[in-house]
Amino acid sequence: MANLKELTHREDRLEGGHRLCAGCGASIAVRQVLLGAGTEPVVVGCATGCLEVSTTIYPYSSWKTPFIHNAFENSAATVSGVEAAFKGLQRAGKIPTDKKVKFVAFGGDGGTYDIGLQSLSGAMERGHDMVYVCYDNGAYMNTGIQRSSATPKGAWATTAEVGVAQQGKTQRRKDLTQIMAAHDIPYVAQASISHWKDLTDKAAKAFAVDGPAFINVFAPCPRGWRIAFDSTVEIAKIAVQTGYWPLYEVEDGVWRQTVKVANKKPVIEFLKPQGRFKHLFKPENAELLAEIQTDVDRQWDALQRRFSCS
Amino acid sequence: MPTQKTIAATGNAVVAEALRQCSPDVMAAYPITPQTTIVEEFAGFVAKGRVHTEYVTTESEHSAMSACIGASAAGARVVTATSSQGLALMWEELHIASGMRLPIVMANANRALSAPINIHCDHSDIMGARDTGWIILFAETAQEAYDNTLMSMRIAENPEVLLPVMTCLDGFITTHSIDRVEIMDDESVADFVGEYTPVNALLDLENPVSHGNFAGLGGPFFEFKKAQREAIERSRKVITDVAAEYSVLSGRPFGMVETWGMEDADVAVVVIGSTAGNARHVARQLRADGVKAGVVKVRCFRPFPFAEIAEALSGVKAVAVLDRAESFGAEGGPLFLEVRSALYDSSERIPVVNYIYGLGGSDVRLELIETVFKDLSDIAAGEEAPAGLVYLGSR
Repeated sequence: MANLKELTHREDRLEGGHRLCAGCGASIAVRQVLLGAGTEPVVVGCATGCLEVSTTIYPYSSWKTPFIHNAFENSAATVSGVEAAFKGLQRAGKIPTDKKVKFVAFGGDGGTYDIGLQSLSGAMERGHDMVYVCYDNGAYMNTGIQRSSATPKGAWATTAEVGVAQQGKTQRRKDLTQIMAAHDIPYVAQASISHWKDLTDKAAKAFAVDGPAFINVFAPCPRGWRIAFDSTVEIAKIAVQTGYWPLYEVEDGVWRQTVKVANKKPVIEFLKPQGRFKHLFKPENAELLAEIQTDVDRQWDALQRRFSCS
Repeated sequence: MPTQKTIAATGNAVVAEALRQCSPDVMAAYPITPQTTIVEEFAGFVAKGRVHTEYVTTESEHSAMSACIGASAAGARVVTATSSQGLALMWEELHIASGMRLPIVMANANRALSAPINIHCDHSDIMGARDTGWIILFAETAQEAYDNTLMSMRIAENPEVLLPVMTCLDGFITTHSIDRVEIMDDESVADFVGEYTPVNALLDLENPVSHGNFAGLGGPFFEFKKAQREAIERSRKVITDVAAEYSVLSGRPFGMVETWGMEDADVAVVVIGSTAGNARHVARQLRADGVKAGVVKVRCFRPFPFAEIAEALSGVKAVAVLDRAESFGAEGGPLFLEVRSALYDSSERIPVVNYIYGLGGSDVRLELIETVFKDLSDIAAGEEAPAGLVYLGSR
């Protein structure tokens, strides 16, 4: 695995000058993943969303590598087609058989957990040699902070409002990483932009496997989370330290925690700095807050059992 | 000249054969009745090693077309096939395929759209996709389905066009009936179809390009759409040229509009697909009785052959347009709207009657076509044309 010095010598495939917000977690995720891809050519696909609209405003493109955007729900299917073309063209003798090319699809949590779940599941099951990366910022940020199935319970969103009858999102979030692990593909990982070495190593592994790989990257959105633009990395780190976002990988069915957390911090340390959770700190919502901690603990313990069984 | 072999086969079998002969790099498809035997036949070619094609068996038609788009943008020759609900599920992607100017070739087994659910032929699926920017060809027979498929590849990939092409054949009637078909040898097809040279391919790694960029916020979206219209207009000549070349090879001519008995017809039926055979049969019988009956068959629906239709119908005293699809709330079915519009610039005021027929596979018996010609003869003799559309053969 490449060290920091080596990574600094690699060319950025996502050029600066794009129109993403200051402090956006998505571009950090993309840069780290593509640094981890190594030096072989990479074809990038991207779902409709912040990352896509902000990096490809015609006639400009921030991508110094072949890039395709098709629609919202189908970046996995689209990239599976690109990968199929590579194989077909190799068989046709139009691309040398020893040529190596990597394929990666990016999507936000809306495009991955929700509308693109079927497309992703299909592409992974079919065994395409591609990596799918979800940058999870926990809501539909491009359209204005609407709730997704990745939005945490209790979070405010513009379609999960806070009022006398409701305190933000009433449902728990979906555990997509475990759903992808259940596909029994060669490599699945959960990572965070705050742990760059862990993320680039996971990306390197994902690109190296022969077959499909999936990485779920925690990528805070300052705008949607109501945090300062310079606190993106810090809040992501706290998510890991509180056990809200455990860092692990599932390699050929073996579950392994990649960043150990000796003493989990209380989840309120993750919730408190974020404006989207501020209503939870009213006295009348104490029970809801306690419930969120219970959920984190229960999910954490379940995951620990997976690690110890492996 | 090519060696042609006469075989007995279903429409679907010869479409699959034509797709194989086009030597696609990728086929991404999802099974749906009555398209299924196309993808099954093709799976057989893959298993037997008869194609180099990467065959992607997607989990839905939406993903099938999405994968086709990715593969075509990558620089591959790409084919697929679908029907009905599958075509409807692809709808979003149909626009993206044409908007990204990707020369994908797709067979559609024409089948009614739900609800109620129905598996039989009508044209509601394809007519729902008529404004998606695809070139749309229709086949009457298995032979035409075969011929159209081979020509589609050339039309789609022509640098003046670069648009996706759909070749449509009637569900069960043409897809599943065993017909007499002349098949060309592989080498002649390969020579005719030629090599595909993609432009701006994703897999041209030395020259990275971005596909599917954002053209909003005052960007040139409008201009892209205008360029798309220009491309489909240019396809008229390309279709004609490709068909002329194909006709020399195969001995089978293709016209965007094909006419029977129209040289001196008093009454004419305009029709799409397999029903054209019934219409010709009845017209031939009526001719024996002294009725100057004619048939106009539309083989290319997009781009629509306005001039050819107007010319074919010139001098006719009454016209019936047979629609195998509804356009609820419109003045008539989709073909009727086009045909009557095509006649608007004509100095003649030809009465045009719209018949909706055969929805959900409802039988198109010869007596029904006879009643249409009878109505037309009455109108030609001075009787008033029926107001509004006529349902043909509904209970």
